[in-house]
Amino acid sequence: MEDYVVEMRHITKQFGSYKANNDISLQLKKGEILALLGENGAGKSTLMGMLSGLLEPTDGEILINGKSVKMDNPRNAKKLGIGMVHQHFMLIPAFSVLENIILGDEPTKATRIDYRKAANDIEKLAEKYHLDIDVNAKVRDITVGMQQRVEIMKALYRKANIFIFDEPTAALTPQEIEQLIKILRALAAEGNSVIFITHKLKEIKEVADRCVVIRMGKVVETVQVAETKEETLAEMMVGRKINFAVEKEETDKSKTVLAVSNLSVEAHALLKVKDLNLIVHSGEIVGVAGVDGNGQSELIEAITGLRKIKKGSVELKGKALQNLNARKISEAGIGCIPEDRQNVGLILPFTIAENLVLKSYHKKPASQHGLLNYKKINEMGRQLIKSFDIRSQSEKELAGDLSGGNQQKVIVAREISASPDLLIAANPTRGVDIGAIEYIHEKIIEQRNAGRGVLLISFELDEILKLSDRIVVMHEGQIVGEIDPRHTSSEELGLMMAGKAPIEQEG
Amino acid sequence: MHTKSLKGLTIPLVSVLAGFIVGAILMLIFGYDPLQNYQNLLVGSFGGVYSIGETLRNMISLILTALGFAVASKAGFFNIGGPGQYLIGWFGAIVFTLKFSYLPAIILIIGALLCGALAGGLWSMVAGILRAYFGTSEVITTIMLNYIVLYIVNFAVKSWLAGKGSDSSPNIAAKANLNTPFLQRITDNSTFNWGFFIALAVVGLVWFYFNKTKSGFEIQAVGLNESASQYAGVNVKKTIITAMLISGLLAGLGGAIDGLGNFQNISVSNNLPNVGYNGMAVALLAAENPIGIVFAALLFSALQIGGLSISVYSNTPSEIVDIVIASIIFFVGIKYAFELIAKKGWFKRKNREEKGGAEK
Repeated sequence: MEDYVVEMRHITKQFGSYKANNDISLQLKKGEILALLGENGAGKSTLMGMLSGLLEPTDGEILINGKSVKMDNPRNAKKLGIGMVHQHFMLIPAFSVLENIILGDEPTKATRIDYRKAANDIEKLAEKYHLDIDVNAKVRDITVGMQQRVEIMKALYRKANIFIFDEPTAALTPQEIEQLIKILRALAAEGNSVIFITHKLKEIKEVADRCVVIRMGKVVETVQVAETKEETLAEMMVGRKINFAVEKEETDKSKTVLAVSNLSVEAHALLKVKDLNLIVHSGEIVGVAGVDGNGQSELIEAITGLRKIKKGSVELKGKALQNLNARKISEAGIGCIPEDRQNVGLILPFTIAENLVLKSYHKKPASQHGLLNYKKINEMGRQLIKSFDIRSQSEKELAGDLSGGNQQKVIVAREISASPDLLIAANPTRGVDIGAIEYIHEKIIEQRNAGRGVLLISFELDEILKLSDRIVVMHEGQIVGEIDPRHTSSEELGLMMAGKAPIEQEG
Repeated sequence: MHTKSLKGLTIPLVSVLAGFIVGAILMLIFGYDPLQNYQNLLVGSFGGVYSIGETLRNMISLILTALGFAVASKAGFFNIGGPGQYLIGWFGAIVFTLKFSYLPAIILIIGALLCGALAGGLWSMVAGILRAYFGTSEVITTIMLNYIVLYIVNFAVKSWLAGKGSDSSPNIAAKANLNTPFLQRITDNSTFNWGFFIALAVVGLVWFYFNKTKSGFEIQAVGLNESASQYAGVNVKKTIITAMLISGLLAGLGGAIDGLGNFQNISVSNNLPNVGYNGMAVALLAAENPIGIVFAALLFSALQIGGLSISVYSNTPSEIVDIVIASIIFFVGIKYAFELIAKKGWFKRKNREEKGGAEK
C-alpha cells in the first residue's frame, strides 16, 4: 500500500436529511496535484470544508500522514500543515503584503514584531517557489493575481505542505493563470501536495495528475488525467453528453441598436471610462474583454442609468438615454444581467415570483392602482419557471434557496422575457455549473438570432471567444482594440487585455 | 409573505419564558415569593374589567410606536425617534383640539388625530431626507431630533399653552375625549378608549400595506437590498423618505390618541416619553410582524399595568417588572446564541444515535 499524505475514508456529511457528501473516499499522494472536479453544489466545498476544519464529518475518517485525526477547527488543520487558498481572498486591503502574510503568526523579538526576520523568511520562500510578490505594497494596490500569490505565501509561511485551492483561476487573466500553474508545479516539485478544486477542464488537463469527479455528493470516478479526454471528464461531471458547439445563424447586422459616443464616467473621483466609443448592431454579440477593474462595471452602470455620465452620449435605436433613470432606461428596451447576481440581480429573501417581477411590479398586470396582484404575479412566475427551466419547488420558494445556476436563470428569465432591444450580460455564467452555462449561452445566442443586440462583458475568455461576433478590448477605461474572434487565440487576447499590444481601432 | 411563521415563534416564546425565569430567580435571591408576585401581576392586569381596560388602553401607544419602528426597520432603518415623534404627535393633537374647540366633536377628533400623526410624520421625515440625500446615520439624527422636540414642546407648552404658574396646558373639551362616558361605564371607569380600535385597524392597514401594495413592496425591497432595488428601477431616495414618513405618522398617531384618550392635556416634562422606547422593544419581540406586535404589546402592557399592583399587594418593588421586560429583550437580542445552542444540541443527539446504532 502506498503512503498517502491525506486520506479521507468513507466521509459522509449530512445537513438535516440532505447528504451533501455521501461515502466519499479520496487519497492524496506526496508531491501530487489532485483535481477535484464537480458542478456547483456537487459537494466539493463541503468536502474541502471538512479537510480544512470548518465542518465536522457526520461519519467517516480523515487520516493525515497515516494517522487518524480529529479536524474540528481550522487551527487544527493549519497545525497539520493544511493551507487553504480561498476563492475570495481573506486579506486586509489597508495592510501591506508583509503585514497580511504574518498576521496572526507574527515573529517577535522582545515583544516587538520582527519585520526584518519575517521579510527575510518570505523572500527565501518566494525565491524557492518563484512567487513574484512585492512585500511592501498595500494589498489594495496590487492585482488580483498578486493577491492570490499573497494567499499562497500565507500558507507557505505557516509551513503548510498540503495546499487546497478553491477555484483559483476564476478571476485571473490567461497570463496570470499560466503563472499560477507554474507555481502549482513548483509546489508539487518541492514535495508538497495540492488539491485543486475547479470545473475548468482545460486546466485539469494541463496541471493535474489525477482527478476525482464528484456528482451529487458521491465520487463518480477517480481517473488518471493523462489518459482521459476532456469530453469524458465533462460527461462524468454532468452525467450526460454536453453540447459544446453553439449554433449561430446568419443575421441582419445593418441596424445600429446601441451607440455610445465619447463617453466619460467617473467613480470615486477617478475617471474610469474615458471618451469611449462603442456600437452594437442588431443581431450581433459584441464581447468586451478586459481585466477586471478597467472600467467595465462603470460602463454598464452608465448605460443602465445607475451611474451619472460625465460626458458623452448613449443612444438606443437613435433615442438618447444618457442620464435618464434606471427604470426609464430599462423600459426603453435595455435588459441587463448584472455582474453580481446575489447583491444586485436578486433580492434573495424575496420569492422567485417576486424577483421575476422586480422590474415590472409597478405596472399592469403585476399591479394596478398601487396594489399588487399576487395571483397574477405568481401565475407569471409559474410560467417563466416552466419556460426557462428554473429548478425550484414552487414560485413561492425564496430566491436565496436556489442554487447559483438557477438564481442566474431567474435573472435571465426576467431580462429576456421583457424582450429588450439590447441585452447586456455581465459575466453571465460566473460560478454556475456547466449545465446552466450551456443553457444561458443558448439563450444569449437566441437573442442574437432574433435580431437583438447583445453586449457581453466577461472575464472568461473562452466565453467571449465562443459567443461574440466582434470583440473589443477594454483597458484603463478605453477600447484599445477590436478583433475578430475567428482569428484570435486566447493568448493574443490576453496580451491585449494586459495593455501590452494595443491595436489601432479600425475605422 | 416573508416571515417564517411557526419557526419564528420559538425565539420570542423562549425569550419570554427565560425573562420570567430570570425575574423569579432574582425574587428568590432577594427573599420575595415569585409565584405570589406573578399571580398578583396577573390579577393586576387581567383580574377585572377595570384592569383589563387599563391593560388594553396601555397597549394602544405600544402598538402604534412599535408599528412605526417596524415600518422604518423594514426599509433598513433603525428609527430611534419614536419617543420624539410620539411626543410631537401628542402635542399636535392637543394644540389642534384647544385651538379648534368650536368644531363638532367628530371633526375635532379626526382633525386632532391627523394633526398629531402628521406632526410625527414630518418630524421623522427630516431624518429620512437627511439619510436619503446626505447619507446621515438615522440613528444619530433621530436621537438628536428627540431632544430637539422635547425642548421645543416644553417651551411651547410653557409659553403658549400653560396658564401663569402652571406647567400644563388646560384640559381639552370633553367632547374630544376618546374615553367616552359609555366606555367608562362598561370598564369600571378605566381609561380604555376608542383609540384601541383605531390601533387595531392600523395594524390591519400596515399588514395590508406590506403584503398587498406596491409602495410596501418597494420599502421591503430597499430594506433587503438597496443596490438590487436601484438596479430594478426603484426610486430609493423616495422610498426611504416614504418609509420614515409612515414610521413617524404611526408614532405620532400613538401620541395623539394618548393625548385625547388618556391625558387630555400636555405638560412640561424632563424626559422623553418612555413609550417610544418600549414600542421598539415590542417590535423587536414581535420580529416586526404587525400581528405579532399586537400580542407582544399585550404582554408588555400587562407587565406594566400588572407591575403596578405588585408593590401594592406585597413589599416587592415593582421595578422587578422592568427587569423581566429588560431580560426578555435581552434574550431576544441574543437569539443567535439560542440558535447555536439548538443546533449544537441537535447535532449531538444525532451523533449519539448514529454511534449507538453502530455499536449494535
